[in-house]
Amino acid sequence: MSTTLAAITRPPTSSPEMRGWPRSDGRKGIRNVVVVAYLVECAHHVARQVTAGFPDHDVHLIGFPGCFPNPYAQRVMERLCTHPNVGAVLLVSLGCEAFNKRQLASIVRETGRPVETLVIQENGGTRRTIAAGRAWVGSHLAALAAMPTEPMGPGELIVGTICGGSDGTSGITGNPAAGRAFDLLIDAGAACIFEETGELIGCEDIMAARAATPALADALRHSVVKAAQYYATLGYGSFAPGNADGGLSTIEEKSMGAYAKSGRSPIVGLIKPGDIPPRAGLYLMDVVPDGEVRFGFPNISDNAEIVEMIASGAHVVLFVTGRGSVVGSALSPVIKICANPDTFRRMEDDMDIDAGRILEGRGTLDGVGAEIAALTYAVAGGARTKSEEMGHQEFILTYKTFEPAGPGCLPV
Amino acid sequence: MALTDPRLLLLDPADTVLVVGIPFAGRETVVIDGAAVIVDGAVGRGHKVARRPIAAGEQVLKYGVSIGRATRPIAPGEHVHVHNLSSDYTATYVIA
Repeated sequence: MSTTLAAITRPPTSSPEMRGWPRSDGRKGIRNVVVVAYLVECAHHVARQVTAGFPDHDVHLIGFPGCFPNPYAQRVMERLCTHPNVGAVLLVSLGCEAFNKRQLASIVRETGRPVETLVIQENGGTRRTIAAGRAWVGSHLAALAAMPTEPMGPGELIVGTICGGSDGTSGITGNPAAGRAFDLLIDAGAACIFEETGELIGCEDIMAARAATPALADALRHSVVKAAQYYATLGYGSFAPGNADGGLSTIEEKSMGAYAKSGRSPIVGLIKPGDIPPRAGLYLMDVVPDGEVRFGFPNISDNAEIVEMIASGAHVVLFVTGRGSVVGSALSPVIKICANPDTFRRMEDDMDIDAGRILEGRGTLDGVGAEIAALTYAVAGGARTKSEEMGHQEFILTYKTFEPAGPGCLPV
Repeated sequence: MALTDPRLLLLDPADTVLVVGIPFAGRETVVIDGAAVIVDGAVGRGHKVARRPIAAGEQVLKYGVSIGRATRPIAPGEHVHVHNLSSDYTATYVIA
């Protein structure tokens, strides 16, 4: 079957024309977002009300709900606030929480971005802090809009992939199509991240065979063993009842389908949340905590993993769904790839790519893969995804514990 | 390779299951590898049916790899799912 160009729902731009906002660390952003970050749940409402004043601008809400310190959360917040898609940062603190707001503000300031910290307890409470926050954001929008952009190549792009709300179609249409897109993006020089080691259970050996070095192969295998042990302690796999309704029977079956998102490129590194891929190629992100089971489920929902890939620098996230997830994300656009043609017909407003048409003979994996890669470039060039257009800016960050990635994880 | 109903997808030559691309509304006789077998009831899109007889305890192959073991004998054409297939890793949680 040949690629059916007529079936491509969006005009493809095979020659990417991307422009990005240059940042002081050499990376480029494809958006210029004002982050409003709450540093404890007690500051969440105030921060949300600040962002609510700017429904027509990229003013996004992120935050960490915990009152107790967590080095992982601190690091992820630091990475997010210095993400290339971020142009300015407003921190909203209650005042008594343990989050190290001075360190976070200092790290953002060193990048040259505008940053302000509002402490609710010192600012006269809810109403005055919301007013102060809106005034600060409002005073920076004009300057952000005027910031110059520069041409940006595929080699400067980091793309993540995730699947959620999976069913039996995910692993035969959407995921392998995303894998084809990954192959195209990596060939063009991009760094691509796949993740969720808890959904690679059963794939450890075939994945290890794709590793660039034997030491990396061991690290990949170990990451899946760790995930299997972690989930066994919890008593549940990474498997929701809807997965079974959609035809998936076991975690290893779901895993094989999820694994298809990685495409066929060699695996050049294993990273942990917040580690930024040092060069082009395919990376596995190990999202399962190290050490004993401590803070509960590794990722309580899909957005936890999306946030982790964004913390590792992902400009865009490819999200494959069969059952029909509607989420987007704060900071980086999410491209929704619908694996199931029935779901696509039901939820077309939420879906950027109709991969399920492959099942109905209206497309091929290669054709849909090329369409996904073209849309990735278009979104990097400024086109809005469906979830962006509808204002989806989901965000979640919880407690975790990680050791740094081992020496074999990033072979040069 | 012998003829198989086009509504059923073979993902890897080694597989012992086929993926349902176009759903079955009810009991129906279909051709799998040139032989007529019975799909005994509705089977949804993305679900699996057995390609050949699978013994209890035998690994079930999809994508050319094991996706778990049969918990009882499975006949060709039979729906393969949580009622007759279990993980070698962690048990599948379903709402009863």
